Amino acid sequence: MIVAAFSDFMQQVVSGLASGGIYALLALALVIIHRSTGVINFAQGEMATLSAYIAWTLTVNHGLSYWPAFVACLAISFGGGVGIHRVVIRPVERGSVLRIVIVTIGLLVAINGFVIWQWGGEPQQLRSPFGTDTYDVGGVIVAAHDIGTIAVALGIVLLLWLLFRFTKVGLALRAAAVNPDEARLVGVRVTWMLALGWGLAATLGAVAGMLTAPTVGLDPQMMQAVLIYAFAAAILGGIDSPIGAVVGGLLLGVLLNMLSYLSQYDAFGWFTEELRLPAALLIILVVLLVKPTGIFGKPEVKRV
Amino acid sequence: MALLELDQVGARYGPVQALHDVSLTVREGEVVAVLGANGAGKTTTLRAISGTVSRSGTIELGGKAVKGGPEAAAKTGIAHVPEGRGTFVDLTVTENLKLGAYTRRDRSVKADIARIAEYFPWITERGGQRAGTLSGGEQQMLALGRALMSRPRLLLLDEPSLGLAPMIVREFFRIVRELNEKEGLTVLVVEQDAKIALKASSRAYVLEVGRVALTGSSDELRGDESIRKSYLGY
Repeated sequence: MIVAAFSDFMQQVVSGLASGGIYALLALALVIIHRSTGVINFAQGEMATLSAYIAWTLTVNHGLSYWPAFVACLAISFGGGVGIHRVVIRPVERGSVLRIVIVTIGLLVAINGFVIWQWGGEPQQLRSPFGTDTYDVGGVIVAAHDIGTIAVALGIVLLLWLLFRFTKVGLALRAAAVNPDEARLVGVRVTWMLALGWGLAATLGAVAGMLTAPTVGLDPQMMQAVLIYAFAAAILGGIDSPIGAVVGGLLLGVLLNMLSYLSQYDAFGWFTEELRLPAALLIILVVLLVKPTGIFGKPEVKRV
Repeated sequence: MALLELDQVGARYGPVQALHDVSLTVREGEVVAVLGANGAGKTTTLRAISGTVSRSGTIELGGKAVKGGPEAAAKTGIAHVPEGRGTFVDLTVTENLKLGAYTRRDRSVKADIARIAEYFPWITERGGQRAGTLSGGEQQMLALGRALMSRPRLLLLDEPSLGLAPMIVREFFRIVRELNEKEGLTVLVVEQDAKIALKASSRAYVLEVGRVALTGSSDELRGDESIRKSYLGY
């Protein structure tokens, strides 16, 4: 009885880490753009949806097998992210934050409309590269897709960390995000660094989209809830902290699954699936009220 | 030979004309000071040179026109240490120095960090420290070190004494002089503290409301009491 309860619990943890890994990727995308452009990119979810559709088209209509399509989709998404910055964001970048926010909301609507126009509103099936197998690990049933998702998410995070920490372009990206004026004085082309940041964010979103579609089904609205979870993850970890985004994402994924797990007990029976999204919003609210900088965020110090 | 030549350079912030027809020359291997009261256009002169403000007139470095924004200026060998030091406070000491070498394509960056550590020995053991946690004086030294990492043909220093204790300021200028004498570094320094700037430089320009009011050798300017009283305020 206790053993059964424990394996049930562990199952929820593993699947929570898998969905948390996806939240982490999208939250990381939000953090990268917030650090460089200073706004929340409301179109991040739709950009990811578009990427997932592109991957689907590549596999279904162009006969690519999964991993080549995966790589091609990342490249296309990267180019698309850079393009969005150059064409749509850069012209309004020097204006007020509100202008940029409105442009990202416009993008959300435009991309959503494009996806429905191009592929219709019918849900499609993007298959998982990891298959539908499940494994029994010491009584804990884990899905291959969940393990694959966790591995890919952590792998991407590691690659990104290496890029930011140990390469010249990574150093320039960080410098441009925090101190654009000084970065220009040492010769960094800041506008290109910002475009690069948008490209990276779009790529992260593409991975999140491609990992989400196999479980929830590919449809034009599939990333909308995920974006809210990613917001919550980013706020929880600290909106300017990449590590915070990752930890916040994983934490949120597990936390929400814990609530679902508890709902099997009478005292928590009221917690149904419909309350997951409101729970995420509650977390956003509580963090903003209690510790606005999140777990890893530093309070902003302005030099006078 | 003139390394830097400004001919009738003007600059404006929106509708406000901050510089009018400033002409000045810096020869290879010289330390030249730009002095003047607050708002005289000292900082704007440096900004015009590095392209961080919209400008008119001609600016030449080594006979070639300096055009475009600060990225282009950095590429041509102008290292600008802005007012308030301009260190990347979130990055480590070593990362700051590496960014200084951003425009370089060669592989001797590590060797250069070691070379700069001869002037600032503390940067070796504190390379991993966040620049924001350094003292004001250390940040100013780091900003200088970062500028040196680009192997500049011309170093622009904006108000390095700002907010620093007199002892630190003296140390800073001692290092600048040493760099000038040992390595032939050419420096254009803007200072409100005329006394220390005249001691460190060989020639000086005095600006007044965006124009060159007078110029001469630093010794001359220091020696003339009426100039000191009316223009330099000491």
